[in-house]
Amino acid sequence: MTTLVIAEHDNAVLKGSTLNTITAAVQVGGDVHVLVAGANAAAVATAAAAVAGVSKVLHADSPVLAEGLAENVAAQVLAVASAYSHIFFPATAAGKNVAPRVAAKLDVGQLSDISKVISADTFERPIYAGNAIATVQCSQAVKVATVRTTGFDPAAATGGSAAVETVPPVADSGKSSFVGKEIARNDRPELTAAKIIVSGGRAMGSSDKFNEVLTPLADKLGAALGASRAAVDAGYAPNDWQVGQTGKIVAPQLYVAIGISGAIQHLAGMKDSKVIVAINKDEEAPIFSVADYGLVADLFVAVPELIMAL
Amino acid sequence: MKVLVPVKRVVDYNVKVRVKSDGTGVDIANVKMSMNPFDEIAVEEAVRLKEKGIVTEIIAVSCGVTQCQETLRTAMAIGADRAILVETDVELQPLAVAKLLKALVDKEQPGLVILGKQAIDDDCNQTGQMLAALCDLPQATFASKVELGADSVSVTREVDGGSETLKLTLPAIITTDLRLNEPRYVTLPNIMKAKKKTLEVIKPDALGVDVTPRIKTLKVSEPPKRGAGVKVPDVATLVAKLKNEAKVI
Repeated sequence: MTTLVIAEHDNAVLKGSTLNTITAAVQVGGDVHVLVAGANAAAVATAAAAVAGVSKVLHADSPVLAEGLAENVAAQVLAVASAYSHIFFPATAAGKNVAPRVAAKLDVGQLSDISKVISADTFERPIYAGNAIATVQCSQAVKVATVRTTGFDPAAATGGSAAVETVPPVADSGKSSFVGKEIARNDRPELTAAKIIVSGGRAMGSSDKFNEVLTPLADKLGAALGASRAAVDAGYAPNDWQVGQTGKIVAPQLYVAIGISGAIQHLAGMKDSKVIVAINKDEEAPIFSVADYGLVADLFVAVPELIMAL
Repeated sequence: MKVLVPVKRVVDYNVKVRVKSDGTGVDIANVKMSMNPFDEIAVEEAVRLKEKGIVTEIIAVSCGVTQCQETLRTAMAIGADRAILVETDVELQPLAVAKLLKALVDKEQPGLVILGKQAIDDDCNQTGQMLAALCDLPQATFASKVELGADSVSVTREVDGGSETLKLTLPAIITTDLRLNEPRYVTLPNIMKAKKKTLEVIKPDALGVDVTPRIKTLKVSEPPKRGAGVKVPDVATLVAKLKNEAKVI
């Protein structure tokens, strides 16, 4: 029994979500291998080989793997899949994009967002925006799953000494091509990996207010910025800041929800946070039902005060 | 160009579901059902492409129980031209749905299939990608912008950290994200018109697809409850609690 973990990376750095996925793979039992499919991604392969618990790294390097196109990455996974009992992807935008393609080609069902490993064939996963937890059993030859990163601690990035084996890269599918990307550059921690998140809702009122009020607080706390769907839909915050059922699932040490009412879809994305603080002027807001510390106050008064007090 | 738009009937997004006390699932008896919100966005996108004159026919498809006909009528009220229900009482998992859809893609030969990125009941986020794999077609998931040409489509996708743009050859598979569009309100005249549109009902057997579930649900339970904490009177108390009690700052 061996689990293959598909590494998430940007060709230079191994992303943290891979480490959580490796922990899930270790809990399955058996060996853990990691596939690094990228272009000029030797540094990623080296980093993966150093992760505790990994016994082998497969490295496929080719320009056709540079941008993580689903068609090519799935083909690369399938090229090595026959050796594995389990194939795990982080449940990130990239992992969710590729995993079902692999499962369908192997003619097996896929498990999405597993949050707990019960045994080698039984797992827990949230359904209905986390309002119910399903225990599911998969008795197919290969278990293909995406792993909810907040459900597993990250594996230690050092301590391992796996061998790196080069595998031949697949050819380009010829059906899709990468045109360009717009990745916001900032010095903040990544939303899904941040220890502290400051998140704003519709009550922020405008994009300018969102930045004016929340940025200094996030700076002071060294926090990532998040937003509710309402705030994103209103254009106050970028799309990829959305925390919730269909956005990012986060579980920081501290989640500060400001002007967020707390729709069930939002709670689904943050209720596993260790400590939740809510600041809202509506004392009936559902967010207070999950908040460890609630402050009923006008956020435009309370947040500047909070910044001063920190 | 034909566009195929699969739609799923799910528990309305405003309903807070309850887990059944015997742990066999969630209670959906007498609960409001609606079209999966992402699928509504998919139908809207197809209709907009038709209004631009690029798309000539929109076929809505649903797989599931008889009542999915209501969901298909809604899709036709938004603007789909006709509908197909693949009717079965069997619990359908994404791989089975993808196989049913592949059979319909083979039959109808659409230039584009637009699906919602995930259904808000099982939260799987699989069907579009599986369909693309089974049909050997290119995919662009989590779309926030679609520009359709004669033989290719340019799609901007929401990815971690921002967005990226891909170009796919046609036929292609697209799954929608929230910001692709805002679906129109369905008007009464359009609801009336939708009643007259063709709705074909077929069985999985007729498509030669085995829909037996691959993954077994052993039990469904309540998530661990998170109790409400305390309300603090002011900012100073909040900071003190975070420093001394929670020790998170």
